[in-house]
Amino acid sequence: MGYVAIKGGGQAIEGSKAVFDYLRTRQGGDAQPLDTATIENQLRLLHSRVMSEGGVYHPRLASLAIKQAQGDSLEAAFALRAYRSTMPRLAETGALNSDGMRITRRISSAFKDIPGGQMLGATTDYHLRLMRMDLLDESPERFRAIAAEWFEGRDPDEVPDSFPKVLDALRAEGMLPALDPAKGGGEPFDITREPLIFPVPRSAALATMARGEQGGLLAIAYSSMRGYGDIHPTVAELRVGYLPVTLPHPVTGEPMEIGEVEITECEVVAMYEAHEGQDECEGEPMFTLGYGACFGHNEVKAISMAILDRGLQKGMRDGPSNPAEDPEFVLLHVDGIDSMGFCTHYKMPHYVTFQSDMDRLRATQKEYRKGDRT
Amino acid sequence: MSAGMQFGFLDEYAKREIRRASLKAVAIPGYQVPYSSREMPMGRGFGTGGLQLTLSLIGPGEMLKVIDQGSDDSVNAVNLRAFIEMTCPGIETTTSTVEAELIQSRHRIPERPLREDQFLVLQVPYPDPLVIVESSEEKRKMLHGEADYSRLLVKLYEDIVKFNEITISHRYPTRIADHYVIDPSPIPRWDVPKLDQSPALVLLGAGREKKIYAVPPYTKAEPIAFEDVPFRVEDFYDQKGQRRACARCGCRNSFLDEYVDSTTGELVYRCSDSDWCDEQLLIGDAPEAAHG
Amino acid sequence: MDKVLSVEALSKRYGKGCQHCFALTGPAFDTNICPECGSVVAAHEVSFDLHQGEILGIMGESGSGKSTAVKCLYFDQIPTGGRAVFNDQGESFSLFELNAAQQRRLASRCFGMVYQNPHLGLNFDISAGGNIAERLLMARVDNYADIRRRATSLLERTEVMSERMDELPRNFSGGMQQRVQIAKALAINPPLLLLDEVTTGLDLSVQAAILDLILEIQQQSRTSMIVVTHDLGVIRLLADRTLVMKHGRVVETGLTDQILEDPQHAYTQRLVASAL
Repeated sequence: MGYVAIKGGGQAIEGSKAVFDYLRTRQGGDAQPLDTATIENQLRLLHSRVMSEGGVYHPRLASLAIKQAQGDSLEAAFALRAYRSTMPRLAETGALNSDGMRITRRISSAFKDIPGGQMLGATTDYHLRLMRMDLLDESPERFRAIAAEWFEGRDPDEVPDSFPKVLDALRAEGMLPALDPAKGGGEPFDITREPLIFPVPRSAALATMARGEQGGLLAIAYSSMRGYGDIHPTVAELRVGYLPVTLPHPVTGEPMEIGEVEITECEVVAMYEAHEGQDECEGEPMFTLGYGACFGHNEVKAISMAILDRGLQKGMRDGPSNPAEDPEFVLLHVDGIDSMGFCTHYKMPHYVTFQSDMDRLRATQKEYRKGDRT
Repeated sequence: MSAGMQFGFLDEYAKREIRRASLKAVAIPGYQVPYSSREMPMGRGFGTGGLQLTLSLIGPGEMLKVIDQGSDDSVNAVNLRAFIEMTCPGIETTTSTVEAELIQSRHRIPERPLREDQFLVLQVPYPDPLVIVESSEEKRKMLHGEADYSRLLVKLYEDIVKFNEITISHRYPTRIADHYVIDPSPIPRWDVPKLDQSPALVLLGAGREKKIYAVPPYTKAEPIAFEDVPFRVEDFYDQKGQRRACARCGCRNSFLDEYVDSTTGELVYRCSDSDWCDEQLLIGDAPEAAHG
Repeated sequence: MDKVLSVEALSKRYGKGCQHCFALTGPAFDTNICPECGSVVAAHEVSFDLHQGEILGIMGESGSGKSTAVKCLYFDQIPTGGRAVFNDQGESFSLFELNAAQQRRLASRCFGMVYQNPHLGLNFDISAGGNIAERLLMARVDNYADIRRRATSLLERTEVMSERMDELPRNFSGGMQQRVQIAKALAINPPLLLLDEVTTGLDLSVQAAILDLILEIQQQSRTSMIVVTHDLGVIRLLADRTLVMKHGRVVETGLTDQILEDPQHAYTQRLVASAL
C-alpha cells in the first residue's frame, strides 16, 4: 500500500546521510581526506565565494563547510550562515577606511596612470583558457618547486604598499562630488538584526548585496550591462587586499588592530548627472558612483554589486524603470541561501496541497463539461 | 555539533526578538510583523519560520508535536523534531494531538479541535496573499493598512467568470478580525474553518520572507468570498453522493489523501492526519457508524 | 445651486523653482518655463467653482496646464500650492490637506476619472467586467450576482455589448476601451466625474457617440463633471461654463456660449477664429 511511503522518515534520513558521506570516500585506495588548509589555499576562490555569501569571515570554518558540503558553494555558505545564527554579537567595529588596505591587486580601467601605479596581481583575466595538462598528474616535488621558484630573488617579507584611491584624483578635479561626511556618518543598516522593510537605505542594499549570491548578482547586473537600464560603467578602481579591522580598546578606547580580512572592493564611475548635494556644486553635472565590496577575492561579484548599487540609487530616487533599478526586485532575489532553500523545498512532500489542487481541477472540469453540454 | 550550543539553538537576542514579534502579532490579529529571521541549519522553505517560533517559545518540560502533511512520521517532520530535541534538552515530544502543548505543523491543522492550553505554529512559505495581485511590498503594505482587498476579490470574480468555480485550492485568503487578510499557509481549505474562533493561539512564521503573524484565540477568521458564492472546502463525495471514508479507520469526516493501490490499481483514500486515524481506529469496531 | 467643488489658486510647478518662476512665465512671456531656473510652471493660481450637475470645460493646447489641474484633483499629482474643497452630502473635504490614505478612500468613493490613455484607467489583465467589479468591490459590494448585474447594466449604458463583458480590454478598439473606462468610472455613481481628453485620437463618429453618452449621463444622473480638452467642438457640445488656459494660467472664464460668441482674450479670439 502506498500509505507506508511517508513512514520511516527517520531511517531514510539516516541512510541518506550515510550514503552522502560515503560518496566523499568512494575514490577508495589510498585516498586522503581533504584537509581544510588545502581547501583554503588550493580552492582559494571557491573559499572566498563561500565566506562572502555566508557573510562570516572565518577561513577555517569556511573550509570545513566546503568539505562537508562536498564543494557545493550554496550549501557551504548556508552552513556558515546557520553557524552565525548561534553566535552572540560581542562588539561592533566602526566604519573601516579601505585606504589603509594591504593591496595584492589593483587596477583601473579609467586611467592608465594612477597614483601608485596599477598592480595586476593574481588574476585569470589574461590566461589562455587552455587545459593545463601538466596539472593532471602533478608531483608533490613539482608542486613545492613552484613556491620556491616564485620566491627566488624576492624578499619573502616584502609587503605590498597601500595606495591612494583613484577616485580622490577625480574628486580633486571636480568630476565627482566631494565626500559628504554627513552622509557617511550614519549608523549602517544591520541586515542581520533587522528585516528589510521597503524603502530601505542604501546601506541595507549594500549589505544585502555584499552577501548576495554571485550568480544572482551577476545575472541582474548583466541585464543592466546589456541595456535594461545601462548605467555606462567604467571601473575606476578594483582592489583586492587585506583590510585591517580595528576595535576600540576595552580600557583606553583607542582604536586597535585586531586582525585583517581579505576583501575585494570596486568603484565604478557611471553616467554623469546634475549633482544633488546641498553644497556649492549643486546642479553641476558630475559623474556618479557605484560601490561594491565583499569578503574574499570575488571580482565578478564586486563589479556586479557596484553596477547594481548605481542602478539602485537611481531607482530609489526616481522609481525603477528596469528590474536592475528596483530595490525590491534586486534585494529580495539575490540571496543564495534564501533562494536555494526555497528551490530545494519543492522536493518536499506536497501531498495535501496537491490533493486540494486536484479537488479544484475536478470541480472546474465538472463545471466545464456541464457548460459544454448546454 | 551539539557541543557548546545554547538551548534552542538561537542566541538569546534572536529569541527575544521573535517573542516580541509574536506578541505584536497577537496584538494586531492578522498583521504581518517583520522580524530579522535568522538562518537555520535547514533550508529556507523547510519550515525555518515555524522552527524559529517553536525554538523561541518552547521551554523544558513542555510537550511538542511536529507534523508535516498531517503526519508525525514524514521525513521533514522527523528531521525538525530531531533538531528541536537535540537543541532543546528537557522538552518532551509526542505524536498525540491531545497530549501536545505546542504543535508545529506544515500544511495541516490537526483534525481534533485544539484547546485553549495548546498552541499551533504553522510554517509559511508565502505570508502575503496580495502578492498575486501586487508585486511591490511597499504598495501591499498600503493595501493591507487600508484593508483594500478589492483586487484580490476581483481574482475570485474572474475565476467564477472563467470557470464557474473559485480555483484557489489551498492558501485560501482569510480575513482576520474583519481587517487584515492573511495567507493561512498552504493548509487545505478543509482546515480554514478551524481557524475561526479557535480556542488555541495560532502563530504563523515565514522564515525566508521574515514575517510573523497570528490568529489569536477566539478571533474571527473568515475566508474571503462573495455573499452568494460561499467558500467551500474540499469535496470527498463519490459519484453516488456518498462521503468517502478512510480505508484504514473508516472515518468519514476527515481530510483524505488519495493513493493508487499498487496491487489493484484502484484509488484508495486515507486520513491525512495520522494521529487522528490512529485514534479513530482505537475508538471502536464500527467507525463508519460513528462518523456517518 | 450647490457647490460641489471649489478650487482656489491651485499651482503646480515641476523643478526646484526660484523666486522668478511666476513673474517670468505665463501668456505674456509666451512660455511656462522659467528662464532663470528652468522649472516648469504647469499651473499657477487656477481657481474655479463647480456646481451640482454642471459640466465645466477646461480648454487649452497641450502644455497649458489643463490636465495638470484635474490630475491634482484626482491625487495623481501633488500640487505645489492652493486649496480645493469638495462637498458631498453635507460633508466638506479639503482635498490637499487629506493624507494619502484619506485621499485614496475619497477618490474611490466619490470620484470617477477617465483618462485619455485607457491604460491608465483600466487594468488590461482583467476582463472588462472585472474592471468594473474592482470598483464595486472597493465600495464593498460583496454579492457576485449583484456585481454581475451592475456591471452588465453599466456596460449596456455605455453601449459595450454585454457578450464582450468577459473579454480583456486589450482586445477592444480604442473607442470601446473608452466606453469601458467610462462605465468603470461610473460604477459607484460618483458625484464628481473627471474626463481628461477622453475623445482625443478617436474616429469622429466614435467621438460623437462618446460625447452623446457623456451628455446623456449628465442629464440622467446630474453628475458634476470637469471636461478637459483641446477641442473647441467638445467644449461647445458639453460645457456649460469654460476656463481657457494657456501656459499654466487661466486667461478667460465664463459661460461657454459667451466665450465662443464674444471671446475677450486675444488668445481665445485666435482659438475661436481658427476653429471657424
